[in-house]
Amino acid sequence: MSLKNFMKATGIIMLLLIAQTSFAQNRTITGKVTDSKDGSGVAGVTITAKGSRAGTTTSADGSFTFSVPSGATTLVISSVGFATQEVSIDGKNSIGVSLVGTSTVLNEVVVTGYGSVRRKDLTSAITTITSKDFTKGPITTPDGLINGRVAGVQITTPSGAPGAGARILIRGGASLSASNSPLIVVDNVPLDNNGISGAANPLSLINPNDIESFNILKDASATAIYGNRASNGVIIITTKKGKTGKVKVNFSTLNSLYTVAKKTEVLSAGEFTSMVKSQGNAAQKALLGTSNTNWQDEIYQNAFGTDNNISLSGGIQKLPYRFSLGYLNQQGILTTGKLSRFSGFLNLSPTLLNNHLKIDFNLRGASTDTRFANEGAIGSAAAFDPTQSVHNSDGRFGGYFEWINNNQPYGLAPRNPVALLQLREDKSKVKRAIGNLQLDYKLHGLPELRFNVNIGFDRSQGEGTINVPDSAGQAYLSTSPTGQKTSGLNNQYEQKKKNKLLDAYFNYVKSFRAIKSDVDIMAGYGYQDFLTQAPTFPGRGANGVEYSPANPFPFESENTLISYYGRFRYALMGKYLVTVNVRRDGSSRFNPDLRWKTFPGVSVAWVLSEEKGIKAVTAISNLKLRYGYGKTGQQDVGDNYPYLARYTIGTNTAQYQFGNGFYTVYRPVGYDYNLKWEETSSYNLGLDFGFLNNRINGSIDLYRKKTKDLLSVIPVPAGTNFTNELLTNVGNMKNEGFEVTINATVFKTKNASWEAGVNFSYNKNEITRLTRVNDPNYQGVLTGGISGGVGNTIQIHSVGFPRSSFFVLQQAYDSKNFPIEGLYVDRNGDGIINNNDYYRYKKPDPDAFIGFTSQVTCHQWTFATLLRSNIGNYMYNNVFSGATFTTNSLGYLYNVSSNHLKTGYKNNQYFSDYFIENAAFLKMDNLSATYDFGQVMNNKATLRASIIVQNVFTLTKYKGLDPEIAGGIDNNFYTRPRVYSLGLNLDF
Amino acid sequence: MKNKIFKALSLLAITSLLMVACTKDLNRVPPYDFTSAQVYKDLAGYKQVLSKLYAGLSLTGNAGPDGQGDIRGIDEGFSSYLRQYWQAQELSTDEAVIAWNDATIKDFHFMTWSSSDVFLRALYYRIYFQITLCNEFVRESTPSKLSGRNITGADATEIGYFRAEARFLRALSYYHALDLYGNVPFVTENDPIGAFLPPRIARTDLYNYVESELKAIENDLKNAKANEYGRVDKAADWALLSRLYLNAEVYTGAAKYTEAVTYANKVIAASYSLIPNWKNLFLADNNVTGANEIVFPITFDGGKSRTWGGTTYLVHAPIVGSMSASVHGVDFGWGGIRTTKQFVQKFGGPAGDSRMNFYTAGQNLDINDIGTATDGYGIVKFRNVTSTGANGSNPTWVDTDFPMFRLPELYLNYAEAVLRGGSGGDAATALNYINMLRQRAYGNATGNITAGQLNLQFILDERAKELHWEGVRRTDLIRYGQFTTGTYLWAWKGNTMNGQAVGSHRNLYPVPAADLTANPNLVQNPGY
Repeated sequence: MSLKNFMKATGIIMLLLIAQTSFAQNRTITGKVTDSKDGSGVAGVTITAKGSRAGTTTSADGSFTFSVPSGATTLVISSVGFATQEVSIDGKNSIGVSLVGTSTVLNEVVVTGYGSVRRKDLTSAITTITSKDFTKGPITTPDGLINGRVAGVQITTPSGAPGAGARILIRGGASLSASNSPLIVVDNVPLDNNGISGAANPLSLINPNDIESFNILKDASATAIYGNRASNGVIIITTKKGKTGKVKVNFSTLNSLYTVAKKTEVLSAGEFTSMVKSQGNAAQKALLGTSNTNWQDEIYQNAFGTDNNISLSGGIQKLPYRFSLGYLNQQGILTTGKLSRFSGFLNLSPTLLNNHLKIDFNLRGASTDTRFANEGAIGSAAAFDPTQSVHNSDGRFGGYFEWINNNQPYGLAPRNPVALLQLREDKSKVKRAIGNLQLDYKLHGLPELRFNVNIGFDRSQGEGTINVPDSAGQAYLSTSPTGQKTSGLNNQYEQKKKNKLLDAYFNYVKSFRAIKSDVDIMAGYGYQDFLTQAPTFPGRGANGVEYSPANPFPFESENTLISYYGRFRYALMGKYLVTVNVRRDGSSRFNPDLRWKTFPGVSVAWVLSEEKGIKAVTAISNLKLRYGYGKTGQQDVGDNYPYLARYTIGTNTAQYQFGNGFYTVYRPVGYDYNLKWEETSSYNLGLDFGFLNNRINGSIDLYRKKTKDLLSVIPVPAGTNFTNELLTNVGNMKNEGFEVTINATVFKTKNASWEAGVNFSYNKNEITRLTRVNDPNYQGVLTGGISGGVGNTIQIHSVGFPRSSFFVLQQAYDSKNFPIEGLYVDRNGDGIINNNDYYRYKKPDPDAFIGFTSQVTCHQWTFATLLRSNIGNYMYNNVFSGATFTTNSLGYLYNVSSNHLKTGYKNNQYFSDYFIENAAFLKMDNLSATYDFGQVMNNKATLRASIIVQNVFTLTKYKGLDPEIAGGIDNNFYTRPRVYSLGLNLDF
Repeated sequence: MKNKIFKALSLLAITSLLMVACTKDLNRVPPYDFTSAQVYKDLAGYKQVLSKLYAGLSLTGNAGPDGQGDIRGIDEGFSSYLRQYWQAQELSTDEAVIAWNDATIKDFHFMTWSSSDVFLRALYYRIYFQITLCNEFVRESTPSKLSGRNITGADATEIGYFRAEARFLRALSYYHALDLYGNVPFVTENDPIGAFLPPRIARTDLYNYVESELKAIENDLKNAKANEYGRVDKAADWALLSRLYLNAEVYTGAAKYTEAVTYANKVIAASYSLIPNWKNLFLADNNVTGANEIVFPITFDGGKSRTWGGTTYLVHAPIVGSMSASVHGVDFGWGGIRTTKQFVQKFGGPAGDSRMNFYTAGQNLDINDIGTATDGYGIVKFRNVTSTGANGSNPTWVDTDFPMFRLPELYLNYAEAVLRGGSGGDAATALNYINMLRQRAYGNATGNITAGQLNLQFILDERAKELHWEGVRRTDLIRYGQFTTGTYLWAWKGNTMNGQAVGSHRNLYPVPAADLTANPNLVQNPGY
């Protein structure tokens, strides 16, 4: 079905369903609703007749008069902060209802790792987001569900490519050179966060539709239970479980149109021609063509995507189950790119032995087929001469125009962007299965004590092929080591990951009424092993000739973690709470003397709202002060064997010739025997609050994180190791900040409600040490590679500055405020402009980021939106800095950014601070309207339909394509699409 | 109840047993890497490590052309020893300018480099990477290590030669450190790998060390031309000694011209000869055609020995403007390197010098803008075609070997050292050697000079003509006092179009700021 037909059909169905609803004859019921606490009337309570949409609300004194449809037998009484009640009205004309106050917020279960706790007993900073609060829309990876919804969690999608993985940063991250990704735990299986070959993003193999909740552990008093992997926070994902009872079927479909929101501004064919004619030399003018090609129009397309899910849940006798299947198919807006995913998920959660043995079995599998679009086409399209046509007349290079030199495609010139896409088939198939079996045994005769054993695995297999025909300009002619000629590509790759897990713990929970104490003790053991294997393949041309032989050995790398952990939780009188977490971790990545380390976390909380004086204030429903301290580690140093002295063998194309023979080399590898983990100490002071029966609730957290033994790649004293730079523990870094979250039910009436939430996060990052010997002259570590030149960098890690500060020359301007090419401020005044004049100017990370969510319900309609804003973040506009027009006779022409009309640069001025731009923004990420049809198909099903727009608008001063690019360097970014989606959700 | 508790305890006991059993899994080792015992088990293993020591001069890492780089903090293609060394020795002089916008690459020619210059840092670390590799090899190849590994007889003898070669390569790198940076850290095979701070060695002391090492291994190396092509023999040792002595006055203040003559004589007395065609020395088959003249080459191969540095760089980067890539035997040019007017003018003598190979079509003699690749004449020298006109084995990575030392340098050393008062030679022989070079260049005697024409400046200019782009120009200009002073100016010296003098501290490069931080024993060279 074409997209157009599909939309039409959906529209007709919606109209039919609306027409179906009708009402019958009425009778009148009167009554009063009171608060069970003090008998006072409750105003604004919603009263509806069950099975119909008729309803009313109570007046100021709690009384109501309701004209009830004749068939109704039961009234549903509901109000924010009270448990919903159903009251029979059989033969009654008046009723009295006493509502019991609840606090769903406080009774919410928070997953803490190796157990869970009710929110009211929580002592540390953990945010829970459940499925009802997820962002709805075309979301293919789990992180999209919570983006913008959690204070302190910054999620940046890398590009508009289908399935691309986001950068998740919790409280600014704790590392410089090691991973800054949080640990992600899915149903008690901590995942390997490294990529899988052939998958754009390992998380894209988890279907977001199966997720029930996220628990985000932010401060170290909570994350310490995950020890040496917890420095960057922990995200615990819990999936949906089966529930006993009648089988429930849910079917959802979401169909989306992906459109190109914005393109890079480059010179048009006309502008380009006049630039070459006015500034170019004769040779360049001769190269001008006569076509008018908008190369970006040629590479982008409107794309279609569909996401369909069906789930069954229920119980076969005592065996609750949930089974789901998902099918996702998405095209990229960059032509040729596409992703399809089949996913399946089975959960079985039986309870045996008279409720003493709980079994939780999860098995999820996904298989993705991806065709990766050649993203090199983005840069090529921006740079390709708009006066040339897409196709050539002679049929060479697959019929695509290419710049020619020496009768070959010209190596220095950009390749035809359309050919880059159409003549490269880069396909992968990735399978991933994650499963676990958890046995939870409550001891017979001692039910306070339970044993929990969890066995899990995470296996994936990625394989792919890259094919380019031998006529293509992009891989034209190479020669094998033995001198055979070949063109095109016929390459393949493969990778297997086998990760396994064993966790065993016991948990003792008991209330000692006499001393008003609650005790919860847990202790356990964990074993996790990560193995990656990849065979080696030669590089082959289209004709099968090996232009680059396979490496002599396959790749294999393994690391193991062994841990002992425990938790002690104590509550006195329900208002003084203490939690202690301890983990002792051993990692195979470090030498035997350093590989073990203990990570503690302590947190205390005082429930102020349980104190008499405050308890009396009815407006205050919850007030809790929390304080936590914890120490966590970071063992993901990249290499699995960084401490071992060893030799590696060279490849067949890195041999050395003696006489007529070639010798494969052995090289000793640089190593740091004393390498160990980074350690982050963090302090967190928090206040949870809830007012008016938690109608307004939220929290404020202040934190300080200090990382020591920071892993940084630093120069080793020359001559002391088999490398010049070594990853070693030298630095210190701190992150300080605060977070505010407020959620409120702004109003709620019979037919309408408005819920809104705002979260604000401020983080300040500073590197406080980077060298063993303190040296104020030490410049820092250059980072942030840019496009243009070779090995050029634009950022630096320096002591006293935020991580990745821009390191640039200060531009000089003329009287009209135009930058003067090549003229910079001599900052050190030595009369020479060289790299002693570079200075640190701004940084890519925001000072603050804000999320705003709003959901308005009105009758059957629900309107929701999500806005996000970053403040204080800067971007290096590499597209602008690359825009120069030189009269070098290169033998080809290339287009430039429209900004060239302002600078007129002839030589690239990559390091000018002119190209560092303010990239603060406000984005509307999501806007949706959902219509709830209620009962349809003879009351056998309920139906909801939604219209969703994603990436609605961006307000920013930034002049480039998109102000939100992880890392702060904008260089031919795969633009994020604007997506229009239509969804249907059917429950049986 | 008791039974239950017992059950609980036994469960706990089983679990604990499991835990203990698993902790040995923390001893993971990489399955496809090697320990030193596996590597140094026989002659073949030693030779493979030795080949890495040599490859340290040519390739950039363990994967060709890139992928497992040796040096970090710089693009791998740039990190080639030869490429970095060449840039420091040539881009800073009248012989070469480069158009590119890579970091501070133009600062070489402008003479505005600083102690945080990325290229100077990469060269420095490349030199020390090489020294560290050689130290390890010297440590692992002692007679006691060999006997401990049951390597005896002919194999042990051959490894003994390897060891002398490793010491030569270490001395060569220390010589480069001495010439370029002067006062540097000092590590030998007696120092450990790991956290320690090497002491600083003053330039004079380093000179003495290099001299003593080269003399110590003189008799441990194979005889001249007795080794495999590509490997070091006694002649390479003598050639380096001759170069060291010729420049001794710069390094230590004490002239050693007599020794420069002595060691030039030793090489000349060995069975090397000038090949008939100068141009063939820089072509893809120079390992065959040039073998009689090249004393020590750095080898490259487009198939099995690939790099973005070395001669691949020296063939591609000088193809500018309308120069033909196919004439150079490669796929396309990199549009970078040209030369200055002042160098072109060196060839102002009698016409017919075959060493004069400027590319002028579409090129301006004057350089208005260093970034414009058509400003300045191109030079055609290193090419990836054979002496018979066939293309090299690969259009991207070239086969051409780089002559680190070749016979003419020793002739020139001899002549200059004699003129500067060194004994053990005579002016007539000096004149004869110079005329041998000129006769080959001209193909006849039309370029020959008389004794009256032979003076020091003539020799410097002759060195430029004979050895340009072979990595000796900066050293030569310094020896003649013309590198930083106003005596000799060339386009864009000192960052002005017509050239200007710069501070004399620039006769030495600065010790990279990164190592000053890492190693407090070091002291920055004066002026930086």
